[in-house]
Amino acid sequence: MNKVKTPLVEMKDIQVSFGGIKAVDHVSIDVYPGEVVGLLGHNGAGKSTIIKVLSGAYKKDGGEILINGKPVTINNPRDARQHKIETIYQTLALADNLDAASNLFLGRELLTSMGMVDDDAMEAETRKIMGTLNPNFEKFSAPVSALSGGQRQSVAIARAVYFDAQILIMDEPTAALGPHETQMVSDLVKQLKKAGIGIFLISHDIHDVMQLCDRASVMKNGKLVGTVDVADVTDDELLSMIILGKQPENQTT
Amino acid sequence: MTNSIRLFFSKLELDNRMLGMIGALIFLWVVFNFATDGRFLTPRNLFNLSVQTASVAVMATGMVFVIVTRHIDLSVGSLLGLLGMLMGTLQAHILPQYLGFEHPLIWVITVVAGLSIGVLIGAVQGWIIGYLTVPAFIVTLGGFLVYRGAAWWVTTGQTVAPLDASFKLLGGGAEGTLGAGFSWIAGLLASILAVVLMVLSRRQKAGHGFSIKPIWAEYTLGAVAVSLIMGFVWIMNSYPLSKGAVKRIFANRDLPIPDFNVYHGIAIPVLIVVMIAVLMTVIAKKTRFGRYVFATGGNPEAAELSGINTRLLTVRVFALMGGLTAIAAVIASARLGSVGNDLGTLDELRVIAAAVIGGTALAGGVGTIYGALLGALIMQSLQSGMAMVGIDAPLQSIVVGIVLVLAVYLDIAYRRRAGA
Repeated sequence: MNKVKTPLVEMKDIQVSFGGIKAVDHVSIDVYPGEVVGLLGHNGAGKSTIIKVLSGAYKKDGGEILINGKPVTINNPRDARQHKIETIYQTLALADNLDAASNLFLGRELLTSMGMVDDDAMEAETRKIMGTLNPNFEKFSAPVSALSGGQRQSVAIARAVYFDAQILIMDEPTAALGPHETQMVSDLVKQLKKAGIGIFLISHDIHDVMQLCDRASVMKNGKLVGTVDVADVTDDELLSMIILGKQPENQTT
Repeated sequence: MTNSIRLFFSKLELDNRMLGMIGALIFLWVVFNFATDGRFLTPRNLFNLSVQTASVAVMATGMVFVIVTRHIDLSVGSLLGLLGMLMGTLQAHILPQYLGFEHPLIWVITVVAGLSIGVLIGAVQGWIIGYLTVPAFIVTLGGFLVYRGAAWWVTTGQTVAPLDASFKLLGGGAEGTLGAGFSWIAGLLASILAVVLMVLSRRQKAGHGFSIKPIWAEYTLGAVAVSLIMGFVWIMNSYPLSKGAVKRIFANRDLPIPDFNVYHGIAIPVLIVVMIAVLMTVIAKKTRFGRYVFATGGNPEAAELSGINTRLLTVRVFALMGGLTAIAAVIASARLGSVGNDLGTLDELRVIAAAVIGGTALAGGVGTIYGALLGALIMQSLQSGMAMVGIDAPLQSIVVGIVLVLAVYLDIAYRRRAGA
């Protein structure tokens, strides 16, 4: 990686507490343009929490966020979207009662000149992006509750990539997917990487991370164990970081 | 045979649930018509039915939004009573002191004041629910007691009467109708509007290359819509005014008393319901606010993560409910011509029942405006039908209660089978 450039996103010394529990304890992570950074750790390690600070779902109790070297304030999901940060949540965050187009454009509806919601235009756009992402997708007028897990996932992905994201957060994007759809997500990640987008990939699947990520940041009990170049470590070394919370001997970051 | 009928209806792309409700309504009407020796399906009774349904129907459209966002409003009946009492006092005791009795501005000021107070009270309830996160059930249960008490307090329990004559037109009755001529014009305009909207929608869909219904299906739907509208106008225009009312009305206008029949036409409150139904449907389907109401009901967390301010949305939904309650209060009090202490009692339950029978799911995210209107009409038909047959009041309550539970059970069973 080209580390002389400024990082696309730098989260410095982030702290989040719930009650008395420090869910994220002075953690710093960053991502460069065209880079995929994996966030690893057990359930409750704090990886989803720190990422939700970036996507605006949680408020941080300390630390700062820099985008292209400039400090920014992110108080809610709207702020995050304005900074071109898009998130694919583990829960997908879809309104099950609405169709694919309504979900894709939720909060950013296309309007007619009269200021009305333009459903036909949104469906047309949805058909376009789905044509490239998941050509098998056909149920455009059904509520997303009627879709399969993979189809729902592709709606959530389409929503994140449609609006020219610069920073993409993927929280367990393949957890609910079959092998074919997992491959689709991998291809998409590579394609987005080429386009210069910075990606945080949260996963507890070591193989995903080894295959897709350039660097990996490992968290345990709310603290950062360390950040390593994926090319420099073995599966076992990553595993021991996750399980034992130990930085490999030969690594310096 | 049954297969071809099924195919016919599927090509029309109608909502099966709505067809079921219309079927239930027709069934009720036919049964009551038999039981009353043909007195139920007369222009006179259908006119009365349309006026009696109006107040609950107006509130039911707002209750759809409230329930879709996973809330409930138990306070609408009491709020209707309080707003009716305030508007009654304003037009009968306060404004005449400054403007004189029957001043043409009295009804305008009264309605605007009622609407403002309704919206304000609704917004305050919504703020407590959205921002202070007190459950809607509790907030509106509190409101239920507070407003009923406050209504009593306005006049220490005295009935307010008489109301302003222009105001009373908003409640229907002999004077409060469009008359035959304007009813035909209104029906014609509505028919043209319906056809134009269908054509525009088809063009737009075709323009995007989406699949469209076969043209005969469009013609069928258009013909059904137009005949329903014109049929309704025709029935309303077949109910003659009583001789006394004709004399009174023509004498007031300094016209000679006619020796031919004069007909009611569409009642003004029904016209109000139609306009509100159209407006609320547009809000639900075609505005961001409506989209966010349904998204929040479907998945509040997803709505929040999509940047929707769900707390403010709650305030707006309850403010809208308050405004609609004010309109319902206008209709209810104007229809009776006076405001008593018990105005709107139990209306909250009728309104919730109408919305729920109309397919609004208490789990949130699902509901339609036309469904709520049909629900209100079914409830009212049941009630006035039983009254006409001569069923005792306690038994009426028992039947209405059982029908409510049965309707929701059938809805659940249908949804399970349809897999939706």
